[in-house]
Amino acid sequence: MKKISILMGSVLLSAGLSAPAMARDNISIVGSSTVYPFAIVVAERFGKSTDFKTPKIEATGSGGGMKLFCSGLGVNTPDITNSSRRIKQSEFDSCRANGVTDVIEVLIGYDGIAIANSVDAEQFDMSTKDLFNALAAEVPNPDGSETLVANPYQKWSDINPDFPDKRIEVMGPPPTSGTRDAFVELAMEGGCSAFDFIKAMEKSDKNKFKTVCHTMREDGAFIEAGENDNLIVQKLEANPDALGIFGFSFLEQNSDKVQSSIIDGFEADFDSIADGDYAISRPLYFYVKAQHVGTVPGIEEYLAEFTRESAWGEDGYLTEKGMIPLDDDLRDEVGDAVANLKPLESLD
Amino acid sequence: MTEPTSGESNVNESNSSQPDPSSGGDNAVSSTSVTQRRDTTELVKATLARRYAAEKRFRWYGIIAIGASLAFLLVLLTSIFIKGWPAFTHSYVKLNVSLDADSLDVAENPTDKQIRAANFSGVIKKSLRERFPDVKKRKAKKELYQLISGSGEYLLSDKVRANPELIGQTIDVWFPADDELASLLKSGDDLSDPDSIVTRMSHQQIGFAKALLDAGETQTRFNKTFFTSGNSAEPEQAGIKAALVGSALTLLVTFLLSFPIAVAAAIYLEEFAPQNRWTDLVEVNINNLAAVPSIVFGLLGLAVFINYFQLPRSAPIVGGIVLSLMTLPTIIIASRAALKSVPPSIREAGRGLGASDQQVVWHHVLPLAMPGIMTGTIIGLAQALGETAPLLMIGMVAFIVDIPQGFTDAATVLPVQVFLWADMPERAFVEKTSAAIIVLLGFLILMNAIAVLLRKKFERRW
Repeated sequence: MKKISILMGSVLLSAGLSAPAMARDNISIVGSSTVYPFAIVVAERFGKSTDFKTPKIEATGSGGGMKLFCSGLGVNTPDITNSSRRIKQSEFDSCRANGVTDVIEVLIGYDGIAIANSVDAEQFDMSTKDLFNALAAEVPNPDGSETLVANPYQKWSDINPDFPDKRIEVMGPPPTSGTRDAFVELAMEGGCSAFDFIKAMEKSDKNKFKTVCHTMREDGAFIEAGENDNLIVQKLEANPDALGIFGFSFLEQNSDKVQSSIIDGFEADFDSIADGDYAISRPLYFYVKAQHVGTVPGIEEYLAEFTRESAWGEDGYLTEKGMIPLDDDLRDEVGDAVANLKPLESLD
Repeated sequence: MTEPTSGESNVNESNSSQPDPSSGGDNAVSSTSVTQRRDTTELVKATLARRYAAEKRFRWYGIIAIGASLAFLLVLLTSIFIKGWPAFTHSYVKLNVSLDADSLDVAENPTDKQIRAANFSGVIKKSLRERFPDVKKRKAKKELYQLISGSGEYLLSDKVRANPELIGQTIDVWFPADDELASLLKSGDDLSDPDSIVTRMSHQQIGFAKALLDAGETQTRFNKTFFTSGNSAEPEQAGIKAALVGSALTLLVTFLLSFPIAVAAAIYLEEFAPQNRWTDLVEVNINNLAAVPSIVFGLLGLAVFINYFQLPRSAPIVGGIVLSLMTLPTIIIASRAALKSVPPSIREAGRGLGASDQQVVWHHVLPLAMPGIMTGTIIGLAQALGETAPLLMIGMVAFIVDIPQGFTDAATVLPVQVFLWADMPERAFVEKTSAAIIVLLGFLILMNAIAVLLRKKFERRW
């Protein structure tokens, strides 16, 4: 055993001693799996059209990415993190505490969350209120009194007589997914705010409001179908009675198989999300460690590639992948801040 | 117990008399040995048919179990092969491109850097417009441009950079088709009836495809890109080479670390260690280690090798170390079994002729145990090849385009590539996913075959 431990120790030691001296010549990117498909397109183009190495991109999820990003400075920490939500105050503080003081925030566009069913079935036309009634664990009593009861609706026609006489069956992402967070915040909270007495709760009892609005039912009507959006699309194809919740880019790529439902009068499409008419859409960001510019080669050039009109513009290649661009003014504003490497001062 | 021969002779008698078996039991004390024997025969005879049937059923359970597992395997493999097969071919479209300096936007005798910045995508778009001169509307043009893969411009750029004299000439080039067009052409559907085809392409695009197909300007051939490039956001440009090289580098580190350590440990434990509580403890721990979930090794790798020793994230060296921790117990256990199977007479003969303990091990025991050790090692490495979970923690689940050049470059491995492609929105990644599984399975089968061969060829039975 002594021999082994000496051997093992020497291997580790030699590897460990030689490591810190190493510099990194490729950009390291972590973060949201929603932004991942857009980031890899930019990274690939950047690698092909310049002499820099292609950046390495890990899909760790928004929260996981932020944690790695804020863990400190140096070649062993990522240079950029993607996020499908804005940085939180707590994350911003932890970044500062670890010496990551100059963070550039880049808002790149929007992503919609689609509620879709098979093209063989009839298209749904509902409000976020209906969606809340269909999917929440507790809903307002159907008799009209201002009390909450365990969700009694089993069929769509129970909620609204115009809806089909079919069992409620909705497949969506699990709680670990950013898509689920966004769906709960935008669609469910939007839906429950349509009831005045629940909305009043937001002021009186914020925790209760969150619990009521954010808890999905667990009696089989809402099915957690895993992180893989492709799987949900396949299941919708096989089962025309079911609805599915997934990212807009998957809707676009499978437009011959699934159709978006109309939510509050708008279908999830390019224009309705860009105009802000479609209720369930979220902003996409990435954050750059300005202190690494100059240490790791190519960061500025990568930013330039991302914020080029032919990338994030109206007709850019990112829109072909399903990202919804910012409007012209906002794009100019963000583009300027990026070009000047202007760090984020505070979250206001 | 009754002898079978006498039992058989009694069968005929008892057939006609049909005594009550229960009465025989009641009178057991007084009855003669003959009646006793007859009763037993009766009992056996009565249950014989049932026992034969049970025997038969038992065999059928086994056959059904094998049949069911084979059926599952068959369903799995066929679905993977049917889905994955198209990924090994790709469709190409022939275009006549004129590389005049004007459209390329370069000066006379341009430098390499100027050629690189030249407007190759414009040239390709122009030749597409010339191929379909009737297309005038903006939307229709956009749809037309979508037929050719985005890699077309880089292909053309590489061609011209390798041979700058091409500038000013007009040449025929085969461009890789876009993933949607390629799926359409590979499906072999009848393009004259666009309504019957399930595709995201518009009727107009199907019209373009039909015109190209009818003119013989499309071709489906072996997809070399799949084996020569790294990952890509575009399915038609995505390849597994980066993952393959990453797997090879990682496994090399795993082998170099785990093989010597495991064999040394096995030799010590089997040949030299005294039998006491400590060696028992070590043994129990090794067996436990083999059952530890692999994600735990990933967490260990993150905490120790990346955070403490500051090794780079996503590097094959860290992946290799983590996986070698995982394969160590497998190899140790296999090596010990192999050493144990070498008969003690070999050792005694060696010592009898004056060899030292070390010489006995090096000259006799180890060579004889080697086939078994190698088999165990290969099976351990095959396990490591298919592992994803621990690599998740150390950052090897990443988008890697450049082929890794060394042990500290960012890399990914084959099963991770499968995982990443399965999650991509583009439809054409479905076939890439299955194709990557086929490649991975191919390597696993190859490794296991080598293990079987080694055993067959070198193993000695005593």
